[in-house]
Amino acid sequence: MIYEVFRQERKGQPLQHAGSVEAADDHFADVYAREQYGRRGESTALWIVPRSAVMEIHEFVDELNRNYHRVDGYPLKEKLKEARDRAVSAKSADALSAGEG
Amino acid sequence: MDEKVQNTLLEIADDELILGWRDSEWTGIAPLLEEDVAFSSIAQNEIGHARALYQLVARERGTTADALAFDRAPDEYRCAPIVELRLLDWGQTIARHYLYEEADAIRLERLKQSDDSEIAGLAAKIDREEAYHRMHAQMWFDRLQGEPRFTAALDELRPQTAVLLDSELRGEHTSELPELWEEMTMVRRSQPAGTKW
Repeated sequence: MIYEVFRQERKGQPLQHAGSVEAADDHFADVYAREQYGRRGESTALWIVPRSAVMEIHEFVDELNRNYHRVDGYPLKEKLKEARDRAVSAKSADALSAGEG
Repeated sequence: MDEKVQNTLLEIADDELILGWRDSEWTGIAPLLEEDVAFSSIAQNEIGHARALYQLVARERGTTADALAFDRAPDEYRCAPIVELRLLDWGQTIARHYLYEEADAIRLERLKQSDDSEIAGLAAKIDREEAYHRMHAQMWFDRLQGEPRFTAALDELRPQTAVLLDSELRGEHTSELPELWEEMTMVRRSQPAGTKW
């Protein structure tokens, strides 16, 4: 069985995925995870989770491209660039028409 | 540190060195990859414990840990025969590991009571690492108990564990020790030109 191992480097920090161990049962997973992720003072805590207990989600539907819902927010830089380009091309179009006149 | 205490430390150091050597023979060929890592690490720990114990004795005798570990003749070693055996069966290896840890725990408890604070301190330090070894041995014991091959190995090896706890019983060696010693000290004895150790 595969177990996923999460480790906390210092108290108060979030537990982060460290890797996995293969073990026959929980008891073996406990010993192997301690051996590989815990006993050189590199962790203050471990979470050992059977991989089968982990719910995985890969698909995130965003069909309408509603990017203002996303944590990275509204891409202001891009919008500004678009606006600037528009302004420049409007100006040059004005200049062109003025020259003709 | 009197002669008797030095000899006791040497006995334990020799046990740990030779067992570490034997256990390390599983590196790369243990039954499972995770076990390979765990058991190799245990083997390395045992050799580390041997080094720390040799260092204490070496200081008393005006020599070095390396000289004690590698420069004595095979019959000068004080290790117990059980650690010398080259066991090619995993069940037997785990049986020895389990029995050894059992005896080692008793022995370390004794050392922790030593009047010499350095010895007591080192024993406590070693014991903290041995706790992992015992956990590992117990896990395999729980898994294999009831398996006829494992039970037979325990029955066969158990009588040999008395030597681990009694200096009076030491001094006998198996016929396997000289060959192990040859391999173990080969590089050190070869002294390529210019090497210093």
